[in-house]
Amino acid sequence: MLVFEKNSLTTEIEALIKKYGSNRTSLLPILQDIQILHGHISDFAQQEVARILDIHPVEVYGVITFYSFLSIEAKGKYIIRLCQTISCDLAGKASIAKVLEGELGIKFGETTTDKKFSLEYVNCMGMCDQGPAMLINEVVYTKLTPHRIVEILKTYK
Amino acid sequence: MPIINDNGFFDIKNRENGLEKALIMTPQDIVMEIRESGLKGRGGAGFSTGTKWMFAMQAKSDQKFVVCNADEGEPGTFKDRLLLDEYTNLVFEGMTIAGYATGATKGYLYLRGEYRYLYKKLQDHLDDMRANKRLGNNILGADFSFDIEIRLGSGAYVCGEETALIESLEGHRGEARNRPPFPVNTGLLGKPTTVNNVETFADAYLIMCNGGEWFQKHGTNKSSGMKLLSISGDCKVPGVYEVPFGITVSDMLALCKAENTKAVQIGGASGVCLPNDQFNRTISFEDIPTGGSIMIFNESRNMLHILKNFMEFFVDESCGQCSPCRIGNLKLLEGIEMIENGTCSLSHVHELMQLGATMQIASKCGLGQSSPNAFISILTQYEDEIFSNR
Repeated sequence: MLVFEKNSLTTEIEALIKKYGSNRTSLLPILQDIQILHGHISDFAQQEVARILDIHPVEVYGVITFYSFLSIEAKGKYIIRLCQTISCDLAGKASIAKVLEGELGIKFGETTTDKKFSLEYVNCMGMCDQGPAMLINEVVYTKLTPHRIVEILKTYK
Repeated sequence: MPIINDNGFFDIKNRENGLEKALIMTPQDIVMEIRESGLKGRGGAGFSTGTKWMFAMQAKSDQKFVVCNADEGEPGTFKDRLLLDEYTNLVFEGMTIAGYATGATKGYLYLRGEYRYLYKKLQDHLDDMRANKRLGNNILGADFSFDIEIRLGSGAYVCGEETALIESLEGHRGEARNRPPFPVNTGLLGKPTTVNNVETFADAYLIMCNGGEWFQKHGTNKSSGMKLLSISGDCKVPGVYEVPFGITVSDMLALCKAENTKAVQIGGASGVCLPNDQFNRTISFEDIPTGGSIMIFNESRNMLHILKNFMEFFVDESCGQCSPCRIGNLKLLEGIEMIENGTCSLSHVHELMQLGATMQIASKCGLGQSSPNAFISILTQYEDEIFSNR
């Protein structure tokens, strides 16, 4: 990481801590914002958050690795999360999963080489009456069909 | 998409001026009114809301909190999403009433990360409430100040457990605490904290509008009021239904037009599986309690496949803090895989059943205590189907 990149990340984290407060209780909102802005929380970002909040970096690492929406590895710009729980499963999740893998050329758990899409499963996302359902970042798509997947992905390409 | 019921609680005429009415009462009177209504926690555990509020009211502290548990993660439940989306006011003003009754000054809405798309709408609603003096200092001119902050989850089912939720609010890993002490005494930052489900706050608001006696008239003796059910799976009209407590499972199936039903999973993955010869049983705290998740499976469904999906869920979501849950769920899932490829001996099934029973007793929080429910009930009820190819 270049020095000016580090400096700008530090400035950004300082601004977030100013916004949410410098207590331990602000840790999650701060990490959530870094995750959204950068697609992951790098080693350097973890250390800076720990330094400014005056907690051990391992505490920050421990929190990040606990939550499935936070990651230490870089994810794609768009994270596609397909619901894998039973109602969506019975509604045809498996065929949707195949189409997603085919269209993106990656398996679940992977990110496209252009860093545009990551493909993941998510546990029940509360769209059980309208399955199969998925999230792309924070946008919800319901009643998915293989043909709709193709149409939806077009709008992100 | 509205709640499906023509004359239910959430009908427009029943929900006016709840906050105004509450603020001219004393906190003691509010708690008495809620106790009289018989309202029990809508998250599924069914603890008396009035009693919980009374404990929090009686706790002595310089600061107290109210927390709305909107970490609706139980598979098959989505009623809180609808309440937050379309009945926002009832939830937030219900929280404010709880704050007034218990002496809290700050409320948190813990919204699951999957519902981030609701965040802006909810935040705008809070801004409107502040502008109309329904939140902030001296609410509606009364000697009472209260504000609400929205916190997002980050995709952890276990944070729906109230002490794990509090840990998460404090900026820690969402690992459950030992209870007691209960949050009403030692909760967020060690202060008395009232944690209730989204629907509980909405119901408390409706009780303020219409009185505890009105509420008590609905449902059964031990389970008063109406209940929102999130119905999904094999039925013609899935959605959120408002039903009186005490409704039989077969009446409920008729409402959502389910046909050829083989089994109903009540209470989500951590609930129980009810086979079709028991559809005369009722949805109520005295018979089958539920937070509202109803998943319907018809004759064409493979019960082992369903059970495997549930156990994969628990293996994924166990926080790993205590070994009965961390290892137990993994062993149960391995057992299901062995049954699938026909390598599971009957004596091993017996051992797994005992393991499940042990997990129910020995796990630290509700996740591990309830995760074997589906395993035990599905393997018991559908033994013939599951082992027919053994």
